[in-house]
Amino acid sequence: MRRDNFLPALSSASDGLSARFFLRSGWSVRVVVAMLTVMCVLSIARPAWAFSDEELRQIVEELDSKSSNRKLEVIGKIAADGDPRAVPVLQAMLDGDLYVSKADDRVVIGKKQGKVWQHIDVVSGKVTGESAARDLDKIRINNRLRGALRDALASLNLFSPDLATRRTAVETIMDSRDPAMAPLLKRAIEREEDPGLLARMELAQATMALAAGKTPQERLDAIDVLASQTTPQIRAVLLQFVNAAESENYDPKVVAAAKDAVASVEGRLQMWQTAGDVYRGISLGSVLLLAAVGLAITFGVMGVINMAHGEMIMIGAYTTYAVQQAFAAFWPAGIGWSLAVAVPMAFLVSGGVGVVIERVIIRFLYGRPLETLLATWGLSLMLQQAIRSLFGASNRQVVAPDFMSGAIEFSTGLVLTYNRLWIILFSVIVVAGIAFVLRYTAFGLQMRAVTQNRRMAGSVGVRTGTVDALTFGLGSGIAGIAGVALSQIDNVSPNLGQGYIIDSFMVVVFGGVGNLWGTVLGAFSLGIVNKFLEPVAGAVLAKIFVLVALILFIQKRPKGLFALKGRAVEA
Amino acid sequence: MKTMLQAIAGAGALAWSAMAMTPAQAADDTIKIGVLHSLSGTMAISETTLKDTVLMLVDDLNKNGGLLGKKVEAVVVDPASDWPLFAEKARELLEKDKVAAVFGCWTSVSRKSVLPVFEEDNGLLFYPVQFEGEESSRNVFYTGAAPNQQAIPAVDYLMSEDGGGAERFALLGTDYVYPRTTNKILRAYLHSKGVADEDIMENYTPFGHSDWQSIVADVKTFASAGKKTAVVSTINGDANVPFYKELANQGIKAEDIPVVAFSVGEEELAGIDTAPLVGHLAAWNYFESVDTDANAAFIKKWHAYIGDEKRVTNDPMEATYIGFTMWKQAVEQAGTTDVDAVRQAMYGQKVPNLTGGVAVMNTNHYLSKPVLIGEVQDNGQFDTVWSTDDVVVGDSWSDFIPESAKLTADWTYPWVCGNCETPKY
Repeated sequence: MRRDNFLPALSSASDGLSARFFLRSGWSVRVVVAMLTVMCVLSIARPAWAFSDEELRQIVEELDSKSSNRKLEVIGKIAADGDPRAVPVLQAMLDGDLYVSKADDRVVIGKKQGKVWQHIDVVSGKVTGESAARDLDKIRINNRLRGALRDALASLNLFSPDLATRRTAVETIMDSRDPAMAPLLKRAIEREEDPGLLARMELAQATMALAAGKTPQERLDAIDVLASQTTPQIRAVLLQFVNAAESENYDPKVVAAAKDAVASVEGRLQMWQTAGDVYRGISLGSVLLLAAVGLAITFGVMGVINMAHGEMIMIGAYTTYAVQQAFAAFWPAGIGWSLAVAVPMAFLVSGGVGVVIERVIIRFLYGRPLETLLATWGLSLMLQQAIRSLFGASNRQVVAPDFMSGAIEFSTGLVLTYNRLWIILFSVIVVAGIAFVLRYTAFGLQMRAVTQNRRMAGSVGVRTGTVDALTFGLGSGIAGIAGVALSQIDNVSPNLGQGYIIDSFMVVVFGGVGNLWGTVLGAFSLGIVNKFLEPVAGAVLAKIFVLVALILFIQKRPKGLFALKGRAVEA
Repeated sequence: MKTMLQAIAGAGALAWSAMAMTPAQAADDTIKIGVLHSLSGTMAISETTLKDTVLMLVDDLNKNGGLLGKKVEAVVVDPASDWPLFAEKARELLEKDKVAAVFGCWTSVSRKSVLPVFEEDNGLLFYPVQFEGEESSRNVFYTGAAPNQQAIPAVDYLMSEDGGGAERFALLGTDYVYPRTTNKILRAYLHSKGVADEDIMENYTPFGHSDWQSIVADVKTFASAGKKTAVVSTINGDANVPFYKELANQGIKAEDIPVVAFSVGEEELAGIDTAPLVGHLAAWNYFESVDTDANAAFIKKWHAYIGDEKRVTNDPMEATYIGFTMWKQAVEQAGTTDVDAVRQAMYGQKVPNLTGGVAVMNTNHYLSKPVLIGEVQDNGQFDTVWSTDDVVVGDSWSDFIPESAKLTADWTYPWVCGNCETPKY
């Protein structure tokens, strides 16, 4: 019976007012789209669609227009028919795959097939021809059209038999919160059987009822539902309502309730915000740790002030790039494995460069920190320029594998991006690996022996020179591994390393020179402190504060968090 | 070891002097111009391309008979992204090499650093990058966009219906003079459009900032206040890559929170997978994707010169092209490379834009150029979604900052001044 009440109202809206009137704002266009959609869905029992194949084709042809208002009108018309056959066309338009074929001036879906573009008929989905790219003229869309397309798709997909499609549709409606969608949503709620999606639909309904509700009681009910939620989206809905309270003249009681609801949602969101800060701190900490842990060996254990440490990271990142290029050339199908190959490769390349540097330069400079500093700094400039001459000055693109793209999104607004999660895991594995090498292998034992008492180690037959070279190589190789991880989050450019050298030294000095666990703790605490300061003080000031705090800390404890004790250190 | 270091130092010195020697052999039948772009350091990523552009233009000019019957020779120096070194290298070009004009600088801080040198030695600098305005020197011609040719039209677009009708703005920038001044102008402009301070968020990050998690999360929170939000980015240099990666990973879609950038062009997008960024915006005076014959010819020439079909072109390259061509025309008109004569000949000089229309040099040393707004596409190019009908005259002193609104820059009689309230004569 509702249908009978609704239809006359709609038809008067669409007949009595010209579409142009509605087109003044994007919002009213959405209203028109949604209202028309409602109309058709309400009459869903009709056996045939309003449009024949030829009519649908005709309407799609109208999308070939310069004006976005005109395009919006056509999208509305297509969506209004409620015809699921229109879904591929709208989706293609949203994806930027809808073209006008210059040869016969028809609208087609273009699909790249090798060197040529296939023309796909918008209605039948059959391939009708092919051409070169320049024979196709793209139908352009902007952000306003994208929004309208998503809404239109959502309204068409709300009754899709596929649960996942329906779910996406409901989320889109939640985002746009278009009150005109309410009747459609109500109808969908009546049909929905999945309890989880039903709850989302009811929540979406409440967000609309807030503004569209007719009585204060309806609004209060809606606020009740919303206040129990903990998502930034709901906070936005409530804030929007509170902001509009004055101009819309809402009941003061309702406004007060809405304000309370905002406060309670905000209170809970705050907790999640803190959780987010901690997570981002740990993530920054893991990056610092990866960058610093190699230095913890070369500087911490061997005492070499290696200014070229950052360049070892950079070489690791370029190795990743080179490995990826090699995969693209020889085994494109296995490109997902390129990172797995890049890790040992980066270790070997950077480690190899490290061994050469140690043998050629650093071994002559042991015990002369100033000269080491200058020589390695000069070396860092030479390495940067070498890479610049070899690969060019511009950034190189290292493609992220699928498992590292995207994020886990909580409805509370907390976003854990996969690349950062993997890097945290990776840093833990690397540190565990180093701890294992130092503690349980013969090389680790010799390394510790040489650093603790070089002459004694030499007397019992350890080749101290070889151990020095290998230790420096190990530190450099680990820096190379860090480069593989950093290539996923930072620029692969010749300057990559420069950004990390100061931070690395800070971490090692703060943690305590010569102590692996100090480095771990130092990295994570610097990361977390930085991320808590950043929202308050801004990125620039936060860095300065951390640096000042570190200087004060070193004044008090010159040897860092965990100082090594014993004769070897004193000597 | 000492001998080894000495050897390295010696080799370096040799290479250095070899580089410095080449231009000194120039004879009288050549006209020398200077190229002052960083070929190493942070800015090398952007500036190296401009050095190549100037060399390509010089090469082209010489092939077509040179200038005033003489060959043109480019003297290339590397200021290494080191701001004080820019001033030293500029002095070297002007006093030792006696160049007729210099094409160079990218960041505003480098331009500010060389400015006193050019004014003292009465040199001629062509500056090809979009910048914050608020300056007019008689020794500099600014061929990049002023804020009213880039930032203000971009914000207008964001507030328009097609741009999404933004009411809340997050201004993110790198911490130096260009973003800070631009944002100051934008804030004043937004006020004039009725946007309150609480709806504007400003955030600055250091050069090369790589950890954008917190800031992107902050923007998301800022955007969830019930008003349509847009981000205006003046983030410079390679910090953009991790910024856009983070945007993509945190799932910020262009139709929800559009990001319009003033320093991100085709070159900067080269290091990113742009599929998740489709719909984010950039405002420039040129896009490689613009379909004109002049642009197609320029791109073809560039690919042939650089020997790589994959290299992109961008806005500062067009600005370099316009500046170089104007200088060439002015020299031909004046019949000499004398700085004062060339300067006079520059005013009103016209060069067709690569994107259509004609760029004109005004007496405040700024260009009249068209403004384009483009959307990022999944192939790393921009698709123009909005453009001005006609060229826009560059405004040296912003009307939206009270203390500069009353200043005028005009280097012809009776003003002859870059920052005066009343004419000098």
